[in-house]
Amino acid sequence: MGTTVKELVYNMGGGIPKNKKFKAAQTGGPSGGCIPESLINTPIDYEELKKIDSIMGSGGLIVMDDSSCMVNVAKYFLEFTLHESCGKCVPCRIGNMRLFEILTNITEGKADINTLETLKELCEVIKETSLCGLGQSSPNPVLSTLKRFKNEYEEHINQGKCHAHVCTKLLHYTIIADKCVGCTLCARNCPVNCIEGKRKEVHFINQTECINCGECFNSCSFNAINIL
Amino acid sequence: MYTIKIKINDIPVEVEAGTTILRAAEKIGIKIPTLCHLNLHDFKVDHTPASCRVCQVELKGKGLITSCATSVYEGMEVFTNTQKALRARRVVLEMILSDHPKDCLVCDKSGNCELQSLGEQLHLRNVRFKGRMSKHPLDFSSQSIARDMSKCIMCRRCETMCNTVQTVGVLSNTGRGFDAVVDTPMHRPLQDTKCTFCGQCAAVCPTGALMGIEHMADVWRVLNDKNKFVVVQTAPATRVAIGEMFGMEPGTIATGQMISGLRRLGFDRVFDTSFGADLTVMEETKEFIDRLNNGGRLPILTSCCPSWVKFFEHQFPDLLDIPSSCKSPQQMFGAIVKTFYAKKIGINPKDIVVVSIMPCLAKKYEAARDEHQIENMHEVDYSISTRELGFMFEEACIDLTHLPKEKYDNPLGESTGAGVIFGSSGGVLEATLRNAAEILDKKPLQNVDFHEVRGLDGFKETEVEINGIKIKAGISCGLGNARKLLEKIRKKEADYHIIEIMACPGGCIGGGGQPFHHGNTEILQKRSEALYRIDKKSKKRVSSNNEAIKALYDEFLDNPGSSKAHQLLHTIYRKRNKE
Repeated sequence: MGTTVKELVYNMGGGIPKNKKFKAAQTGGPSGGCIPESLINTPIDYEELKKIDSIMGSGGLIVMDDSSCMVNVAKYFLEFTLHESCGKCVPCRIGNMRLFEILTNITEGKADINTLETLKELCEVIKETSLCGLGQSSPNPVLSTLKRFKNEYEEHINQGKCHAHVCTKLLHYTIIADKCVGCTLCARNCPVNCIEGKRKEVHFINQTECINCGECFNSCSFNAINIL
Repeated sequence: MYTIKIKINDIPVEVEAGTTILRAAEKIGIKIPTLCHLNLHDFKVDHTPASCRVCQVELKGKGLITSCATSVYEGMEVFTNTQKALRARRVVLEMILSDHPKDCLVCDKSGNCELQSLGEQLHLRNVRFKGRMSKHPLDFSSQSIARDMSKCIMCRRCETMCNTVQTVGVLSNTGRGFDAVVDTPMHRPLQDTKCTFCGQCAAVCPTGALMGIEHMADVWRVLNDKNKFVVVQTAPATRVAIGEMFGMEPGTIATGQMISGLRRLGFDRVFDTSFGADLTVMEETKEFIDRLNNGGRLPILTSCCPSWVKFFEHQFPDLLDIPSSCKSPQQMFGAIVKTFYAKKIGINPKDIVVVSIMPCLAKKYEAARDEHQIENMHEVDYSISTRELGFMFEEACIDLTHLPKEKYDNPLGESTGAGVIFGSSGGVLEATLRNAAEILDKKPLQNVDFHEVRGLDGFKETEVEINGIKIKAGISCGLGNARKLLEKIRKKEADYHIIEIMACPGGCIGGGGQPFHHGNTEILQKRSEALYRIDKKSKKRVSSNNEAIKALYDEFLDNPGSSKAHQLLHTIYRKRNKE
């Protein structure tokens, strides 16, 4: 008790692999909240965590680097609640499903900016009206990310972009002609065979068939794949 | 009981300890909206799952709480109209509607739907959430109850009626989370379950998820078929309820208007099921006296209620010999029309269509039972509910309130007061006791009123002395109460001579086919009182004094219990699967 998040992550935990940048720490399990980098010096105890809208909860701590999309993180935790809901009361049974659907829409670029107001109101009402602790805390990850990482939500909605390259529906892979050497590795790894090009010639991706899986990006040894 | 002082919206209220905020608010004229809550005070049914979360109010210093499930405490301060409470109600309703088909214009329940009324009350103008909808297969497998669970809002009132009140145990919550829905065991169609079709689930369903199967189209078809002679019979309980659908006060006796309405719809003869009831009394009394005098198996159980019959066939297959073998009034009536009456008017029974207007959904199933056929003809061709009759009147542009009062056709329209009180719990037994007393005492009965057997109570009993024999009679309404009684009989702990059982709380007046009472049991009380008013005003109040019944026996059936009577008016029961 009292150890700061920073100490825990960098000293006891040994830091973040591959020297990636700390983005957030999620405490308390699926009903907890996310602590951003600006609050990394918060001591871990019941009162302090509560002050920054998180909880001790189960005592779990998940550290996320910049390869995590916070909208997707909220969606991920909500998926757990959907599974666990017994279905007795309306806010948990229907409300959480609607929350999940709104988040899905955001990660797929189908939402407009007014959605964020609706999302917030829905979260608050689910919290206030649910019958048991599950529903009363299920919107926490959404509320917490919405408060601390609103810019990521806005980026998804306004620019149609996922900075962390997680929300596949928002990604757009292309081959940089200058860098491609025609090694064919990407074409061989593509699960839907949508990359065409002869050996030692510049390849290109057939966008209508691409499923945005990122296999080409991962397999290219020449950094010739660009993500928009 | 001590009282507690609280404040609602700063208005002081003093209520008994244990009162909920909802009831306390009603006391000062604040009607907090509810949806899942159902309190049938007279039947001791309090269904408070607090699952719809609509009745939210703000408790000072605590936030939102459900008013239906929270009891008051000293010094409590509650606010019903804060921004927070209003927002919670509206957003919760938005959630419910986002998973509802919203096909109100073509929904059976439109106009009677509590979800629709709630939308009206909260003035919701837009549902912002769109997404996955609950989809469940329609169940039109039975003759009686239609299920469209995509309209279910999971209030689970039907479960309480089916499991706690009726102890039938067919409906139960299945699935989890968004997929949770009330369903039958192993998702079987209702027809393949031990459902008794009492229709109490449909009577309390706030939406159109559980409704009666409709046979109005069939009735319109035969009414417009020139080759058919269409005879209608109206059950006792329908005459005191149909008026409610046309704005009359609950408990209004609308017999005369209903008869003229039926004539305007095009029925060739308008008869009374109470005639069938009088006939049932004759047969049942005979059977009762026979068992009493000859050491037959007692108690004798009435068998007028099809739902109750199916219940004991499923649940008490070892006791099939104790219910009376008499058919119900509906079926006796049908049998007499297609034999005696057809011959009398010289029409081929195959060209006669018998339609019954019933307060009941199980009557539809009863009419379709294989046992109830004469020469491959169903005794009753179509049974429609009181509600369906109201719909037919509406469709035919008939306003009941403006109709003249007419009288039933003869001879099958003649009935006694005893036949009319069949519609209320205790009525069948009272009618049988009147008749038995006259037969055994061999003189006209002085006091025909048996007040102890009346009322909506789930269990009533009385002891009367007839011709020196003390007759102990029990009355039970609601299948849960019936089960307790049957279990006593099975263990040989009950010493009753005669028992009346009706499946629906309050008897037929509270049947699944009646206009909706929306949890207001006062309406049932008024309907019951109206039936006893009709009885009181009747010149003849003992079934054996019915001249048409006398003529029927003289001309056709010989005597009660004769072989012809047995062939037409009695039935057999069969063992059914306990699952």
